[in-house]
Amino acid sequence: MKQFAYARPADREEAVAMVSGSPGARYLAGGTNLVDLMRLGVAGPDLLVDVSALLPSGVQEQPDRGLLIGAGTPNSDLAADERIRRDHPVLSQALLAGASGQLRNMATVGGNLLQRTRCVYFTDVTKPCNKREAGSGCPARTGAHRDLAVLGASEACIATHPSDMAVALAALDARVHVSGSDGDRVLALDDFYRLPGEDPSRDTTLKHGDLVTAVEIPLASALTRRSAYRKARDRASYAFALGSVAVALEVSGTTVRDVRIAFGSLAHRPWRARTAEDALRGAPATADAFSAAVEVELGAAAPLPDNAFKVPLARNLAVSVLSALLEEAPR
Amino acid sequence: MTPVTSSAVSVHVNGDAYRLELDHRTSLLDALREHLALTGTKKGCDHGQCGACTVLLGGRRVYSCLVLCVAVGDREVVTVEGLADGADLHPVQEAFVQRDAFQCGYCTPGQICSAIGMLREAEAGWPSAVTSADTGTSRLDEAEVRERMAGNLCRCGAYANIVPAILDAAGHGGADR
Repeated sequence: MKQFAYARPADREEAVAMVSGSPGARYLAGGTNLVDLMRLGVAGPDLLVDVSALLPSGVQEQPDRGLLIGAGTPNSDLAADERIRRDHPVLSQALLAGASGQLRNMATVGGNLLQRTRCVYFTDVTKPCNKREAGSGCPARTGAHRDLAVLGASEACIATHPSDMAVALAALDARVHVSGSDGDRVLALDDFYRLPGEDPSRDTTLKHGDLVTAVEIPLASALTRRSAYRKARDRASYAFALGSVAVALEVSGTTVRDVRIAFGSLAHRPWRARTAEDALRGAPATADAFSAAVEVELGAAAPLPDNAFKVPLARNLAVSVLSALLEEAPR
Repeated sequence: MTPVTSSAVSVHVNGDAYRLELDHRTSLLDALREHLALTGTKKGCDHGQCGACTVLLGGRRVYSCLVLCVAVGDREVVTVEGLADGADLHPVQEAFVQRDAFQCGYCTPGQICSAIGMLREAEAGWPSAVTSADTGTSRLDEAEVRERMAGNLCRCGAYANIVPAILDAAGHGGADR
């Protein structure tokens, strides 16, 4: 690990000024991903600005605007929050599907959003990787790509985003609060993450020095209360997803009134399946209709030999969770 | 100006206060083992994947390999050395002995610290991935213990005895320090 200076600023403004003013500076919160990447040599900051004590922590109710989740909230506290479990179960389930008890105690909501891909070429500094070192190449297309992207990838990069939580937040239309050197702003999750294109070095649209301060989720509804997360992986627990889905469903009689579908581990960002959602609104609430709509969404997939299994896996996950929610739905 | 890459760090471990001059790169795990000679906490993977380094930090279980010691602040650290009261073992330690819940023993300090933190989480009503939305979190059973302890690997495969040991300790002071 490279040597680095360490600072614990007094407030958010000082923290933002410190990192914005120093290209080699990075924020430190839970450290679960960053410290590991530093040990691997993937990250080599010369200054760590510790924001763990000054980020807001906890869930705050905002009248008429939903919940404001402090970026410093540990994943475990958010998963256990009664309001989240009752009104947005997909989010609690996604958090509990991720990592282990120890990591969920350490990892913050802001850090979870900003964790880096687990692509084995990205984390191995002896190998080329366009995300880690621009222009060095991508061995994954012809190498170990079983875990990697089938949607929205580019010639330069087929990395996937590893977060479970972010997939649920995508389905819930979450918005991310950011403090930067130009002031504060709020980004829809759609405008927060990006696809790799020709510049896979950046996972998000954030600028250097931007600090995630909170995540906002809209008011609970009949839709968000009937929501669920399901994750397929190589072992029963404590593993990253091969594919996952966050789903919410509201039916009226035998018809889909509203639906949300977001896939995890298929792309460089949580994949909100808007094509499938549009096809399903007003359609019959049946497994056949769910399957047909998801097939259209996944028609855009461009899998490689060893990850083609992800396409039917994602379809089956979505259809089975939608069908399970339909079973529970009041008629 | 040469950047400052080490600091004087105060840490509170098992009820004792220590002041160390540490390179900022020093993990809590390395501070415990290499600077305080508290070698009960084990280094397995050093990447947050095995659980051997689990300690209690501010009352919660964490991987000490991914904590920078300089960032610990005033949070109390409890390691396996801080669990027994003199010759009286902690109820989770006692249950591990009674159930023969180890073979080589390398993962055991992490398993025990993790189990104590886990039992506190269950007592606080925290759900797990296998907790049914209908039944809440009132009862720990084998499936719950296996899921909640997924962050601690045992290469000997002593799980068959670890799970009953933890179930024995649950409700018998297992969540206490």
